[in-house]
Amino acid sequence: MARVLLQREVARRFAGGLLELEVEASSYRALVTALDVRFPGIAQALTVRTAVAIDGEIYADPLLEPIGPHSEVQFLPVIGGG
Amino acid sequence: MGNEENQYKVIGTRPIRPDGVDKVTGRAAFGADFSLPGTIVGRVLRSPHAHARIKSIDAKLALALPGVRAMVTGADFPELPDEITAGGEAPVNFRDVSHNVMARAKALYEGHAVAAVAATTAAIAEQALALIKVEYEVLPHVIDVRDAAADGAPVLHETMFTSGVEPAPKKPSNVAGRTEMGLGNVEEGFAAADVTVEREYTTQAVHQGYIEPHACVASVTTDGQATVWSTSQGQFMVREFCSRLLGMDRAAIRVVPSEIGGGFGGKTTVYLEPLAIALAKKSGKPVKMVMTRDEVFRATGPTSGASMKVKLGAKRDGTLTAGDMTLYYQAGAFAGGPAMLGCMTGFAPYALTNARAVGYDVVSNRPKAAAYRAPGAPMAAFAVESAMDELAQKLGMDPIELRLKNAAKKGTRAIYGVKFPEIGFVETLEAAKKHPHYSAPLGPNQARGVASGFWFNIGGQSSAAVHVNEDGTAEVVTGNPDIGGSRASMAMMAAEVLGIEYSKVKPTVGDTGQIGYSFLTGGSRVTFATGKAVCEAAQATVNELRARAAKLWECPIEDVEWKDGAAHPVGGQTDTRTVLSLAELAESAAKTGGPISGAVGINAAGAGAGFGTQICDVEIDPETGKVTVLRYTVVQDVGRAIHPAYVEGQLQGGAVQGIGWALNEEYVYDGNGRLDNPGFLDYRMPVASDLPMIDTVMIEVPNPGHPFGVRGVGETPIVPPLAAVANAVSRAAKVRLADLPISPPRLLAALDGK
Repeated sequence: MARVLLQREVARRFAGGLLELEVEASSYRALVTALDVRFPGIAQALTVRTAVAIDGEIYADPLLEPIGPHSEVQFLPVIGGG
Repeated sequence: MGNEENQYKVIGTRPIRPDGVDKVTGRAAFGADFSLPGTIVGRVLRSPHAHARIKSIDAKLALALPGVRAMVTGADFPELPDEITAGGEAPVNFRDVSHNVMARAKALYEGHAVAAVAATTAAIAEQALALIKVEYEVLPHVIDVRDAAADGAPVLHETMFTSGVEPAPKKPSNVAGRTEMGLGNVEEGFAAADVTVEREYTTQAVHQGYIEPHACVASVTTDGQATVWSTSQGQFMVREFCSRLLGMDRAAIRVVPSEIGGGFGGKTTVYLEPLAIALAKKSGKPVKMVMTRDEVFRATGPTSGASMKVKLGAKRDGTLTAGDMTLYYQAGAFAGGPAMLGCMTGFAPYALTNARAVGYDVVSNRPKAAAYRAPGAPMAAFAVESAMDELAQKLGMDPIELRLKNAAKKGTRAIYGVKFPEIGFVETLEAAKKHPHYSAPLGPNQARGVASGFWFNIGGQSSAAVHVNEDGTAEVVTGNPDIGGSRASMAMMAAEVLGIEYSKVKPTVGDTGQIGYSFLTGGSRVTFATGKAVCEAAQATVNELRARAAKLWECPIEDVEWKDGAAHPVGGQTDTRTVLSLAELAESAAKTGGPISGAVGINAAGAGAGFGTQICDVEIDPETGKVTVLRYTVVQDVGRAIHPAYVEGQLQGGAVQGIGWALNEEYVYDGNGRLDNPGFLDYRMPVASDLPMIDTVMIEVPNPGHPFGVRGVGETPIVPPLAAVANAVSRAAKVRLADLPISPPRLLAALDGK
């Protein structure tokens, strides 16, 4: 089971304030699908303004990234630069 | 890094940059240098009011003026949905971008574009602007960020309801959004503290200060195909933004990048290009538009000014127990300031288990804020690093020791949730501590300040192509404007992989028709992400060269290895196979399958975080309030310096811009919300004669996400200087300077108030 950490605002809006949970998924796409089943609407919120760190590595476009059985998946704001 | 330690032949050396001669002899073509036969001139009419309803625009007299060929107003641009789109550098509201490029119902800041004309000469265009009659209803305005966030402030957008608060507000306000992030329990952390410090801080809006103004030429054919020549940080960004703002297909717009005379984040959006295309389409002529310096200041984005509060708690031994910060950042006239990034970065250098950061994105009647080197980070770092200095003084600790005690390391969880991979923050602190600067004696009215800083650095999409020429030289084509010497770095990485001399590789910045999509030059990403693409394209080329040798040797490709720029046989049979150089394989390319190239498109992940520590010595003049920077040292983890001289230049440039932010730069508005200092005489940036040589120390903790270990280096160095300078001045003045810039009147007032 991957350990998933949500941003506070997303957690408040969609997950009843739940900041941390475990999800069975082998890819990022499957993980978001599973989250959306549990918290309807969260998938859309996670596609705009959100990047993801999988085991500490930050991805801006993680759709096809694999998720390990003990992975930590952290949603975070999109990071730009100057 | 000395060559004796260098495992590479090209990486880590300091060759002359390919664009260097043209730039020092004046031959290089910047944005304003380009023209086509028959080009006419575009000019923009800008609002004289900080906040006004546009009741009508009457252009009859202007259009009747001989020589005037076209005019556009907001009515000429499609209305876009008010939504955040996953495009550009960060999520973008293209409706806001469109309304910033050309006002619709309201002018939201002095300098906001309300109309544009194109005429045969600049004089006629200026005359035409004077003939346009705009009827305004002047509205109350607000400039200061805290005033704008207060109840009862004039509201800029009647449709703006603060996001991120529960319950959702029923009244519109200027607070576009609230964001909060945290770790642990802040209240418990402060309860466990032996010592706390708490203070409010302010910084002012500052401009990126690029020497080259925004400029472009647009030409549109009768069948609607547009070509734009412009100065920007991304030709593909310009294409995307123009496509969206004008409702044109990407394929109908070709963008050719010029040389760029500085950007620093300020050229990651569009101002003139959509207007020039619209005017070119209407007039049937190529249209050239070049901003004046006055326009650059009044109408393009500075970074946010900020109003902040920071509280830190620590044990007597210096161990931090809690940190709390609240940030109010100016967004300018449209939502989207970097408050979120301030929240993410301020505490990032420290292993805080109890931390909270709350940020407010606040609009006011100022130009829309744009990115500026590490957007959002220097302000938050100023507050946190000043608080760290005050805490060190309160604890009687050396400020570097306090930072070392709490420094983030591999595995430390940042406030935004991610655990750091390999980072080199501790190494920067250790190097700063043992640097001769840190123990050098100080005289009367002199003091030393230290501060650290963090920036993420990013990756993203990049394309690269390597072509082997018939004579064995090579071309490297990428899609990123060269702002900081990236052409040299691209050529060096390609040369290293190909195994040939740097001088044999010609780097080119392609236009949108010559290379695949590449995200803009920003976020300290090009040497990392585009460099990674170049390495992969060069490796693909090497694989093709091995395949050609295998054909000639009639053996499997696995029997061919590439070293020192040539194909060598492996596994015996050396008697019948002579080594084939790249030049020899290039010469025989026609016989072995045709031209030899490698091209890739990647979405680079694995950007390495950047940490730095800076030391500043100042002397204050108690009579005049003048601050003189005596000595300055930048220490930074750069991963791997591909071209050390250009990395040093980034460290020096970032520090200098931060020193200006700390001591001199600010926007000064009059009572009507009009900018009083829109020029470099009155908006004082540091020049060479103001500062000592900036010393640099490059720490190389390689980033495992890049073939050569590259980390982005362009943004981190502007994060620490605000606090490094303020901490030095505060120690010299024996009073805490919490408001920037520390101009002579402000320092004198602080000294008088002691």
